[in-house]
Amino acid sequence: MFFYNIIRYFFSNIKSMFIVFMNIFSKRETLLYPEKKVNIPPRYRGRIILTRDSNGEERCVSCGLCAVVCPVGCISLQKKEGKNGRWYPKFFRINFSRCIFCGLCEESCPTTAIQMTRDFEMSEYKRTDLVYEKKDLLISGPGKNHKYNFYEKSGKINIFKKNNKNIKRKIVDTKKILP
Amino acid sequence: MIKNIFNEFSFIHVMKPLLFLFSIIFFASSLSFVERRLLALFQNRYGPNRVGWNGCLQILADTIKMFFKEDWIPPFSHKFFFVISPIISFISLLLVVAIIPFSTSFLIINLDIGILFFLMMSSLSVYSILFSGWSSNNKYSLLGAMRAAAQTISYEIFLGLSLMGVVAQAKSFNIIDIINSQKNLWNILPQFFGFIVFFISSLALCHRHPFDQPEAEQELADGYHIEYSGIKFGMFFIGEYISIIAVSSLMSCLFLAGGNNFLGLPKFLCFSLKTLFFIFTFILIRASLPRPRYDKVMYFGWKILLPITLFNLLITAFFILN
Repeated sequence: MFFYNIIRYFFSNIKSMFIVFMNIFSKRETLLYPEKKVNIPPRYRGRIILTRDSNGEERCVSCGLCAVVCPVGCISLQKKEGKNGRWYPKFFRINFSRCIFCGLCEESCPTTAIQMTRDFEMSEYKRTDLVYEKKDLLISGPGKNHKYNFYEKSGKINIFKKNNKNIKRKIVDTKKILP
Repeated sequence: MIKNIFNEFSFIHVMKPLLFLFSIIFFASSLSFVERRLLALFQNRYGPNRVGWNGCLQILADTIKMFFKEDWIPPFSHKFFFVISPIISFISLLLVVAIIPFSTSFLIINLDIGILFFLMMSSLSVYSILFSGWSSNNKYSLLGAMRAAAQTISYEIFLGLSLMGVVAQAKSFNIIDIINSQKNLWNILPQFFGFIVFFISSLALCHRHPFDQPEAEQELADGYHIEYSGIKFGMFFIGEYISIIAVSSLMSCLFLAGGNNFLGLPKFLCFSLKTLFFIFTFILIRASLPRPRYDKVMYFGWKILLPITLFNLLITAFFILN
């Protein structure tokens, strides 16, 4: 039995060497990244953007929910009131050197203004370059949710127009206006 | 005066060993790149392929990095032994290259005690590990050095004994005589057990996988060269590859008839093909076999390899005397 085991182990080692050797002819698993791009799923949590609604107006109403929910506190913003009484962010700043890309800001946003994209190539040589201001974040399109408009859903579409005293307010089921 | 010197030591006599030396060191250092590429090949990866064409300049980048790192000697170490041990490890098996005939007419010295010289140098290489492990004053490196000393000394016995069959067949310690004695039949067939044991114990001599207990990266964090940095670590690193080259070229001389007739190829090419085959096998073994426990290594050596070598010697003696 002793000698049998020695021979058996010897040949099992030879066999495992052969199996490893045959790997030469198999396909490489490595993706040569900068030349070949990674196929990223559409719901990937990458660089954060601020979107506009279908009318081309900023969606963000500077409610501050994203800044509150952010676990690392990388979002800072301040409210500004427009001429018609609507709220806008005066500045909107995301420090991407702190951001952990958890996606809680996107989930908390009632107006779907803040959204996450598939872009992850955002390395910089200087740390200060990772602080994105509003002009870096704001894009011209509606992002993922094309038709969603917070004020339409909430029935307050016309409150900012002048002479709006005659307009009836729609009664809205608040449970169904979630984005 | 100058003329006399040139008469005695002609230019070629001086340049040939130097050329040898530098080509061996260059090949050994580029073997680190070759090994990484080959390991990647065995594991379905690409390995380093960015610097230069397919990564061929990687070795240059590594060398530059190695040279310009801080060469730190720990204040708690024994400085003399700490400095001298990488030099021993680098030199000891580099000297073995001198006795290897790249072809029958192309070697540095034709020693009559060639194999004994190799055995002597391989046992000297234990001291480099012992010194480095002890002088680092670090418990992990000491553990690694202890393991290495026990392993190398015990495997040295089989390293020597397994060659005795070859020596007895050729009736000489001279390597060229041994190569010439294999004109009809390569030694790998009549001395098969000797070959197997020599192969395994030369793996242990080079501290290659699966016999890399002294530098087990997972348990001992690189063992005896844990405190080394910069070019001292580089000397250990390249010394390992030099020992691989020395041992595998010796194997191709002793068991595969070195540069003797093989498919009608030129002698030097034939020799290097055989050597490259052994280097390839060393790397393949590293890629495929797991590392056994330390006591199992000792058990395997004393209870399996030693009887096999003695058995091999007995049979060889029987056939020679018949």
